[in-house]
Amino acid sequence: MSKEIEKVAAELWAAKGKAVVVCGINNVAVQNLINGINVMLGSYGTTIDLTNTNNLRQGNDAELVGLLDEMKKGEVAAVLVYNCNPVYSLPDGKGFADAVKKAELSVSFAYTPDETSAVCQYVCPDHHALESWNDAEPKKGHFSTTQPTIAPLFSTRQFQETLLAWSGIQSNYHDYMMAGWASMLPVGMSWEQFLQKGVLENAAAPAAGLTSKADLNAAASSLNSEKGGAFELVVYEKTGLGSGVQSNNPWLQELPDPISKITWDNYLAVSPKDAREKGWAQGNMLSIKTATATAKVPVVIQPGQTPGTVSIAVGYGRNGVGKTADSIGVNAYQFVSMLGTTLSYTGAVEISKTIEEDYSFAGTQTHHTMMGRAIVKETTLEEYIKDPKAGNEEELFEVKAGKDIQHKGTEQVTLWNEHETGQHHFGMSIDLNSCIGCGSCVVACTAENNVSVVGKDEVRRSREMHWMRIDRYYTSDADPKEGESAGMAQLQKMEVPSDMPKVVFQPVMCQHCNHAPCETVCPVIATSHSSEGLNQMTYNRCVGTRYCANNCPYKVRRFNWFKYPDNPQFDFHMNNDLGKMVLNPDVVVRSRGVMEKCSMCVQRIQEGKLNAKKAGQPMVDGAVQTACSQTCPTNAITFGDYNKKESTLNKMREQERSYHLLGELNVQPNVFYLTKVRNVSEGKEA
Amino acid sequence: MSGNNEAVVRDPLILGKKTYHQMTEDICRPIEGKANKMWWVAFSVAFVTMIWGIICLAYTVGNGIGSWGANKTVGWAWDITNFVWWIGIGHAGTLISAILLLFRQRWRMSINRSAEAMTIFAVICAGLFPVFHTGRPWLDYWMLPLPNQFGSLWVNFNSPLLWDVFAISTYFSVSLVFWYLGLLPDLATVRDRCINPTKRFIYGILSFGWKGTARDWHRFEEVSLVLAGLSTPLVLSVHTIVSFDFATSIVPGWHTTIFPPYFVAGAIFSGFAMVLTLMIIARKVLNLQEYITIQHIELMNKIIILTGSIVGVAYTTEFFIAWYSGVQYESYAFINRATGPYWWAYWSMMTCNVVTPQLFWSKKIRTSVMATFIISIFVNIGMWFERFVIIVTSLHRDFLPSSWTMYSPTYIEVGIFVGTIGLFFTCFLLFSRVFPVIALAELKSILKKTGNQYKKKGIL
Repeated sequence: MSKEIEKVAAELWAAKGKAVVVCGINNVAVQNLINGINVMLGSYGTTIDLTNTNNLRQGNDAELVGLLDEMKKGEVAAVLVYNCNPVYSLPDGKGFADAVKKAELSVSFAYTPDETSAVCQYVCPDHHALESWNDAEPKKGHFSTTQPTIAPLFSTRQFQETLLAWSGIQSNYHDYMMAGWASMLPVGMSWEQFLQKGVLENAAAPAAGLTSKADLNAAASSLNSEKGGAFELVVYEKTGLGSGVQSNNPWLQELPDPISKITWDNYLAVSPKDAREKGWAQGNMLSIKTATATAKVPVVIQPGQTPGTVSIAVGYGRNGVGKTADSIGVNAYQFVSMLGTTLSYTGAVEISKTIEEDYSFAGTQTHHTMMGRAIVKETTLEEYIKDPKAGNEEELFEVKAGKDIQHKGTEQVTLWNEHETGQHHFGMSIDLNSCIGCGSCVVACTAENNVSVVGKDEVRRSREMHWMRIDRYYTSDADPKEGESAGMAQLQKMEVPSDMPKVVFQPVMCQHCNHAPCETVCPVIATSHSSEGLNQMTYNRCVGTRYCANNCPYKVRRFNWFKYPDNPQFDFHMNNDLGKMVLNPDVVVRSRGVMEKCSMCVQRIQEGKLNAKKAGQPMVDGAVQTACSQTCPTNAITFGDYNKKESTLNKMREQERSYHLLGELNVQPNVFYLTKVRNVSEGKEA
Repeated sequence: MSGNNEAVVRDPLILGKKTYHQMTEDICRPIEGKANKMWWVAFSVAFVTMIWGIICLAYTVGNGIGSWGANKTVGWAWDITNFVWWIGIGHAGTLISAILLLFRQRWRMSINRSAEAMTIFAVICAGLFPVFHTGRPWLDYWMLPLPNQFGSLWVNFNSPLLWDVFAISTYFSVSLVFWYLGLLPDLATVRDRCINPTKRFIYGILSFGWKGTARDWHRFEEVSLVLAGLSTPLVLSVHTIVSFDFATSIVPGWHTTIFPPYFVAGAIFSGFAMVLTLMIIARKVLNLQEYITIQHIELMNKIIILTGSIVGVAYTTEFFIAWYSGVQYESYAFINRATGPYWWAYWSMMTCNVVTPQLFWSKKIRTSVMATFIISIFVNIGMWFERFVIIVTSLHRDFLPSSWTMYSPTYIEVGIFVGTIGLFFTCFLLFSRVFPVIALAELKSILKKTGNQYKKKGIL
C-alpha cells in the first residue's frame, strides 16, 4: 500500500501544475490535507479554477442545521419547500417533518407528490421543466434559457410566477424574465436572438491562485486518532437514480447499476473477503446499525469493494411518491451522519446476519467473467505504443487454394455471397477505451425506441427488454495467461471474479451482421437485410418462434413475452394516457408475441435521408445520430456510413484497434469495437 | 412367398392352439365387450390430465409465452424438448410398419397396428408444441407457402423450421393413411360381427365397403407396399430434419454434423421403448399374451440395445469432437453439460440411455417382462433428458458470458406436457376400445406358418 502511495506521489509531483487531487468526503481534516496537496502541486489557477465556477451544485450544511434548530424551536413562521425533499433526504427526515408542523405556514412546490409535500399544509405544484420559462447559469458567465415545449398538462403554476403573484407583481414570469434580460444582453442582441441561440457565453476571467494557511499537521493527527467501527459504511448515489429525485421513473429503476448490474433495488455491497470471513452469501438479509438508524438490507458481494467497507445507495425506500418507486429498498439517507454541522456520507456501522429468507435480486447479468474468451480486447499503453495492433492480433487460418496454402482471416473465408448495398452502408463504432459504463445510452435507447419496462419480477426471469446493454466483466484470478488455454478444472474457477478485479465495459446492441444467423432461420422472413446494411425486424410479419434469438450469438434479440402496453400487470409508462406521452410517435409500440431488437434508430436514418433529399444534397456524415451515439457523454459510440470514404466511421475502422465482436464466427457485423488501452505501468494494476 | 412353413429353429410367433376363428374372437373381444373397471380408471385419469393440459394451453394462449419459464437467453426449453421427444416416439411405429415390412419381418404383425396408432397420437402431441410455442399461434399459417394478398410475402425456404412444417405434415398424413389402410379388412371383420345395426352401419362406412374379394386384397397389398415405400424414407428423414433445427444453427452444442443419424437412432430407440411400455400393459389388460409374446419383447429389446449403443457412441463422439475441434465455445458447451449447473440432467440422460439398455445383453433381463417394462420407462425418461440437455444446456451458456442465465419451468408448461401424456393415453385407450389393436387379417396370414400347433417337429 505505502509503495503505491509513493508511486502516486511521485507521479503527481512529476505532473505538477497539471495535476489535481479530489476529495470525496465531507471530513474537514481530510479536506484540509487534500487542499494542502493541491496547493503544493500548484493546482490552483491551473487545474482548479475558483473564479469561473461550475454552478451545478450548491449547498450549505451549516445553514441547514441552523434552520432545523430554529424550526424545532418554533422560531420559523413559514417554510417554503422548493426543489428539495428534506423529509426524505435528511438523515433525520422525521425531525424535519415534526418541525414543519410547528411553522404557521408550510408550502411545498413539488410537482409530483413526495415525502415533504405530504407533511406541508399547502402544495402549490410547480410546472414541469418542459412547461416552464426559465434561465440558468450552469457555469459562471455561461447563460442559457429554457422555453416551454408543451402547454401545461395540469392546473399547475410555475414557482417563480407564484412568487411574483404573491409579491403583488402584475406580470407573468416570461415578461418578467424578458424585462430583466433587456439590460443584460450584449449590444445588438435582441431577446428573441438570445432565445434562438439558447446560449450566451461570456469570456472567462483568468483563474486565481490560492495559498492555504490550514494546519496540515493538526489535520493529519486528528485523522490518525479517529477510530472506526468494525465496518465503515459509505452512502453513495447510483449513476442512474442519483439522489432519488427521479426514483419514480421506471426507466431509471430498470437501468442496471453499471457495476453490480442489479436493477430495481438498493443493497449493502460488501467485499468478497468480508463475505467469506463473515459467512455472508449473496441475498442474505443483514441488519445494519449506525448510531442513529437501523435497517435490514440484502447483501451483494461486490468484487472490488475495499475490505472493511460496505456501501449502500440513496434514492430508494421512497414513500408516497408513486407506484414505481414506493416500497423498493430502504432509505439510505438515514445512515448519513452529522460531523459537527456537516453531513458525512461515511461512518461506522455494525452488521449482523438475520434469519430472514434470502432476497432474490433482479440482475441483468448473472455471470461476471469473460471465461478466457477474447470478448473485450485490451492492451496496455506500453504495448500499444510498441504495436498499435497489440491485444488485437488477427487469427489466421490455413486455406488450401489449389496446391498452395494461404493464410486468411476468418472474414476472408466465406461460403455466402455478399449483400449488395445501395447508396449507404450504415455501421457503428464503439470505442471500449472511452466507454465508462454509465448507461446513458441504454436510457436514451429506451426513450427513443419505446422499449418496454418489465419490472423487477420479469428482470429476475432474465426478460428485460433493453435493446442495448452494457456488459461488465471482471477479471478472475484463474484467467489463463496469454496464449494459454483453460483446462477443464480451471473453467469453474474462472467463473469466480477476483476480489479486486479489473473491470471492463462493453456496450452491446444488435451488431447488424451482414451474414446474420437470425435472418436465415426465420420461417416467415420477418427479419431481413436491408440494402443499407441494416438487419431489420418486421414486427407485423413475426409469428414469434424465437429461433432468431436462439441463433443470435450476441443475444440482443428481445421477445415480447407478454403484452406490455395497456396491461395493468405492467403498470409503468405504457398503461395510461399520461405515461404514453413519452412514447416516440416515430416508432411502433410492439405487440405481444413478436421479437424486437435494435434497429440502429432506423427512424432517425429515414428522417436524415428525407432531409437530405429535401435539401437536394447527399447526406452529410454526422447528420444522423442514433440515440445511443448522441447521448454518450464520452463519444464512445460513432454512427456512420461505410460507403462514405471520408466518414469518421471509416477512419475508426481503419484503426489497428478495431475488431468485430466474436469475429471468428464470420457473421460480419456492421458494428465494430476498438480495443481498450489501459495506462498501467510495468504491466501491473495499481 | 417362399415356402409355406418356417424353419423349425424359429420360435412360434403365435402361442396357444389358435384357429382363425379363435383369433377373431380374441382380438375382437375388447371392442365388443364392455369396458372393465381398469379401463375406466385409466381413461378417467388420462382424460382429466388432458383437460388440465388444455387449461394450461388456454392460459398460455390468453396471456403469452411469458407464462412459461423461457427467457432472453433460453428461447426454447420444455416446448421444443417435448416436441422432439414426442416426434421421436412416433418413429417406432413407422419403422415397424414400413422398414420391417420391406424386410419381411413377420413378427411385426402383432405389434404394428398399435405402434402405428402410437405414431399418430405421438405426432399429434408433438405437433401441439411448435404450433403453440409461437408468440402468435393464430398466425402460424404464415409458415405455409400459401398464395396471399399481403404483397410478395413468401416463406423462407432457408429456414429449418419451414422444413419441419413440411416434414411433420408429410409424416403425419402418410402415417395416418397407412394406418387406416391396414385397418380396412379388420374393420370389415368387426362390421360383419356386429349385431347392433347402428354399429354395423358405422363400421360399414369406416371399412369403405370392404368385401374381401381378390380384387380388394390385391389392391390392398399393392397400396400397402407403395405406402411402405413412401414411409421408409420418412423414418430417416423426419428426425433428420428435426435435427436440422439444431444442426444448421450456430449455437455451440447444436451446430453438429452428427445430429441427423444420432437423432434418427435416438428416435427409434425411444419409440421402441414407448411401444414396449404400452404393449406390456396392453397385452396384459387385453389378454393378448399369446399374440404379443416374450419373443416379441425380446426382439424389440435387441433393437433397443442396438439403437441405445448408437446413441451412446454419438454422445462420446460429440465429446471427442468438441475437444478435437479446438473450438473454445464448443469445448465449453460440452464440459458445461457434464459439469455445469445442469449436470444432473446430463447424467440422468447418460444413465438412462447408455447404461440401462446395456442390461439387455443378459438374456434373462431381456426376456423378463417386468425388467423390460422398468427399463423402457428409464429409456423414455432418458430420451426426454437428452432433448432437454441439447436444448437448454446449450442455450443457457453460449458465446457471451454476460447473457448466461438459468432456466426453470413454470407449472403451466409442466401442465401442458403432462396434458399431452393425458391426450396420448386418452387416444390410445379409445383406440383400444374401437379398433382391433392387432392387425388381425395380417396376423391370420402367418398362423399356419408360425402358429404354435403348426410348428411341431416333423411337419415340414
